[in-house]
Amino acid sequence: MDPYILYGVTLVLLWVSFMKDKNKTKMSLKKGWKSFENILPEFLVVILFVGTLLAVLDPAMISKLIGGDSGWIGVILASLVGSITLIPGFVAFPTAALLLQAGAGYMQIAAFISTLMMVGVVTMPVEIKYFGKKMTLMRNLMAFIFSFFVAYVIGKVAG
Amino acid sequence: MIDVIKRYRGFLVVLACVGLLTIINRGIGIKAISISARSFVEMLFIIPPIFVLLGLLDVWVPRESMVKYMGEGSGLRGVLLSLFIGSAAAGPLYAAFPVSAVFMKKGVGFSNIMIFIGAWSTTKIPMVLFEFESLGKAFALTRLIVDVPGIIIIALLLNKLGSREEIKEIYQNAEKMGSNP
Repeated sequence: MDPYILYGVTLVLLWVSFMKDKNKTKMSLKKGWKSFENILPEFLVVILFVGTLLAVLDPAMISKLIGGDSGWIGVILASLVGSITLIPGFVAFPTAALLLQAGAGYMQIAAFISTLMMVGVVTMPVEIKYFGKKMTLMRNLMAFIFSFFVAYVIGKVAG
Repeated sequence: MIDVIKRYRGFLVVLACVGLLTIINRGIGIKAISISARSFVEMLFIIPPIFVLLGLLDVWVPRESMVKYMGEGSGLRGVLLSLFIGSAAAGPLYAAFPVSAVFMKKGVGFSNIMIFIGAWSTTKIPMVLFEFESLGKAFALTRLIVDVPGIIIIALLLNKLGSREEIKEIYQNAEKMGSNP
């Protein structure tokens, strides 16, 4: 959802809630705040970590790693880069498009995009807090392996 | 006060490391700080409505209806609802975890929680539209067609592989998340 639509929907619902029951609305806001405050330390760690990572791994660096005819090695590298980094889609897609134009393969780009979205190494501290170590590791590992399959299919269809 | 420092010690350690990095390599350090500051502002913009909605959901939606529509026995309807809610979301994946904690409190089935997380991570509607634009129809459509069953299969596998006890523990943990740390 577009952030502005999200804000619109939230404000409307908040207003409806307030009209129906002021106390319950207050309680909702309190609960929302508590949930946020509860996870804020982990959020901050993730943000700082990602900032540092992106400062080191810029698009030029990424393109060097997965550009050209890097084959399955490129797919593996692309998956690793995608798993570790956390780039918002509106940056990732144009970057991926540029990399494709610059000669990167569809398979590598697909591996990069898929792991970028499904696997989150840096967000693991947040995920572990809610799902525990085992479940978090299993989910990320499965998503990682699945991304190779996605890459293979996209390489066949789009490449 | 000591509690606050304890909770934020991870953050303080990373902050100190970034400070050290800035001393060693000014260019990268400053870039890291400015990128972090920018994503922090972004977070402050996109995250408040998610947590307000989460609070409203917690207070207004009765457990019974969540169980009915998305609980263990909710079948295909629960799967589709989870896919839809995850896809309609906005914000980074890490914002999906607190939302799923409230879902757990409300009795949503574990495989549906994992489907919701999967959808939030990969099939968010505005992102898919943007993907169509930047990477083309063949790429985006193929990914979508492969990802939707993939998400469901991974969710079902995770539900099978986790022991009942582990999953129960995760639910109990979620129960505590909304209250004071």
